Amino acid sequence: MMSLPFQVVVLWSDALFFGLIAAVALLGMWAQRQAPLRKSWARVATDQVAMVSATILAAFLLVGVLDSLHYRARLDASPGQAEPQKINYAVEVNSLLDVLLAPLRLHSEKTYSAPLATHLFSKEPLPGSIERGFPRLAWGGSHLGSALAHQTIDIVQRCVLGAAGGLLLWLGVVSLMRLRFRRQHRGLETSAKFENPAKVGAGDTLQRFESDRRECRADRRKCRAVSGKPPRKAASHATLITLLVLFLFTGITIALGSGYHVLGTDKVGQDVLYLSLKSIRTGLLIGSLTTLVMLPVAVLLGILAGYLGGWVDDAIQYLYTTLNSIPGVLLIAAAVLMMQVVIDTHPDWFATSAERADARLLALCLILGMTSWTGLARLLRGETLKLRELEFVQAARAFGVSHVAIMQRHILPNLMHIVLIALVMDFSSLVLAEAVLSYVGVGVDPATISFGTMINAARMELARDPMVWWSLAAAFTFMFILVLAANLFTDAVRDAFDPRAAA
Amino acid sequence: MLAYIIRRLSYAVPILLGVNLITFVLFFVVNSPDDMARMQLGIKRVTPEAIQKWKAERGYDQPLIWNAAATGTSHLTKTVFFNKSMRMFAGDFGRADDGRDIASEIKNRAGPSLAIALPTFILGLGVAIAFALLLVFFRATRLDFFGVVLCVAMMSVSGLFYIIGGQWLVAKVWHWVPISGYATGLTAAKFLVLPVLIGVIAGLGASARWYRTIFLEEITRDYVRTARAKGVSESAVLFRHVLRNAMIPILTGVVAVIPTLFMGSLLTESFFGIPGLGSYTIEAINAQDFAVVRAMVFIGSVLYILGLLATDISYTLADPRVSLQ
Repeated sequence: MMSLPFQVVVLWSDALFFGLIAAVALLGMWAQRQAPLRKSWARVATDQVAMVSATILAAFLLVGVLDSLHYRARLDASPGQAEPQKINYAVEVNSLLDVLLAPLRLHSEKTYSAPLATHLFSKEPLPGSIERGFPRLAWGGSHLGSALAHQTIDIVQRCVLGAAGGLLLWLGVVSLMRLRFRRQHRGLETSAKFENPAKVGAGDTLQRFESDRRECRADRRKCRAVSGKPPRKAASHATLITLLVLFLFTGITIALGSGYHVLGTDKVGQDVLYLSLKSIRTGLLIGSLTTLVMLPVAVLLGILAGYLGGWVDDAIQYLYTTLNSIPGVLLIAAAVLMMQVVIDTHPDWFATSAERADARLLALCLILGMTSWTGLARLLRGETLKLRELEFVQAARAFGVSHVAIMQRHILPNLMHIVLIALVMDFSSLVLAEAVLSYVGVGVDPATISFGTMINAARMELARDPMVWWSLAAAFTFMFILVLAANLFTDAVRDAFDPRAAA
Repeated sequence: MLAYIIRRLSYAVPILLGVNLITFVLFFVVNSPDDMARMQLGIKRVTPEAIQKWKAERGYDQPLIWNAAATGTSHLTKTVFFNKSMRMFAGDFGRADDGRDIASEIKNRAGPSLAIALPTFILGLGVAIAFALLLVFFRATRLDFFGVVLCVAMMSVSGLFYIIGGQWLVAKVWHWVPISGYATGLTAAKFLVLPVLIGVIAGLGASARWYRTIFLEEITRDYVRTARAKGVSESAVLFRHVLRNAMIPILTGVVAVIPTLFMGSLLTESFFGIPGLGSYTIEAINAQDFAVVRAMVFIGSVLYILGLLATDISYTLADPRVSLQ
């Protein structure tokens, strides 16, 4: 009997996550066809800071996507036993990222070890002796054998190798991109500067790039008239440099990570780098699924309140004032505690512990969404109130167009820019909120790896003597980069959509 | 004015009823008292009698919202909803799971909470406004640019990092103040310095950036140009005109917060071991003590509504053109 060596598992959060990515892609395609929106996004695309942060966000997203492809491995029948009729799958649910990071995931140590260390961090009785000392790590630096003196040379060698690998990969990607660029622009009768992509290469001096950009700005109208697309030159330069840095970092990390614990290990000996990378998915999910939950509610209620007015408006206003007046953290805490009781009292609902943790994650997103739609709804209500009085809406009403059609065709598209900004706006604060909530004990399931659970587990480590700093440092650094990139990107988007800045 | 305040306060009643209903649904409908009893008793000791006893001891043995067996008004009063939720209007919060009276506990703990929250609030506001004014004074220069970058970077750091990092640096490495703890009277000061400092720094990024936006909006107005044309100095323009006129949007965000200062900060209090309402709430959440969480939700909502009212009143003080009918 033939079958796949694994069983694909689609957790609810995976399905929603991919659904959200698809929805954003569709929205993007829709925005491409709307002239004003396209113009605003084109302004984002020429902003260097925005493109750098977008590249970093894309890298985080890639990790998140890899970590969302789940499977359960098939259990092999033990030798000597007859082939079982029913194929059994492992209880453990793993993701594609787990496969890629298998060396990190499987090679755990006994307890704490510093980054790139070869010995445990704390003294233990040495095997075969009565003395206490620092035992060698089971995996970190074990390839060195007894030649511990070569550790520094080994590390430097690995760094150089990794950097070279990253550089090679980057060059490959760049030449691929150039090829595409050339093909796209072949035959276009635009100015020679945009024809010749060789200038975009990394060899360009910054000055030349600056002057190019200025010319590029002057030629923008001409360029768009011909190709229909704004020049992406300035920003693509910044993107390429960011990519180079990312590739170098990844190369060095892979090279070092194949022999050491790059960021050390935590209390139970798990690799901190592995934990940090796994946390990214949780952060992304909390940041994005919450918006998915809140968006339909906010849009529907906001438009209804603003457009219909009267008792509908009163009822919706009452609803969001009431929800708003409950302190956010407490409402979330209460709701999560309740969810936890429901989950605990119905253990038969979930086949694996991963599914149970997933249910709690989704519940958290749902609750966060329920407490955060009020702000956007109020904003949309105000905007709808303004739009309702405009001539084109009045005209539509005079022609006898139904309310539903007016809201759908005339109001909603004019609110889209607010909705789009809201999509990116709440992301960073939600990622930060997750850590706080997990610390308080009302965040994700303790078994889910997230920045919050990492920090929670490591919070007493700075008080140790000598202190253990690497888990906290890793969690905070990863979180900081993710949130900073999201904040900077949001700023660029908001500036681009601000009508006052468009003048 | 008085009529306005009374009317606004009467609006608060349906909102508080709504808050109560939401928390009631959360606490008693999503999870029936039976579920709660089962959880509190633990899996091993659950028998129908034990559940009944647990419910009777805590007053959960009545119907949820409508008592069909009773007569007259007791249809409504002999219910869990009336006894557990409506009594909170009269300040009767019942007892926590450990048997202590919640109302007196709240009275004792509000002081330490306020001792942290009030200085943090006032200092934070002052520092953020001063920083924002500095950035606006040097607007469109390099200082302004790096100031904004600094704000965004500070916003992107987790609040947990400020606390953990601050405790480690100031208390453990420099040994300036104790890491955590609390005392009454003047000795409290040495315990308060660090949490207040950390609170101010943690909030600086977001608020300074927000105030800067408000000031910049105000500085493009016509009256500012007129003032400059008259020859008023730049600092006088900033302090006398812009700051005064920017007060309204700032007040909107700030005054609403003041009553909720009583609630304390969950994170700060639990990290610094301050016996305030914030740490009380966290302990209740960790112990799954629903009675305390419910009481805190109610108090928080009341304080929020008071904050909204205070915001409106503060408008009249800040701007003589605003009058409340």
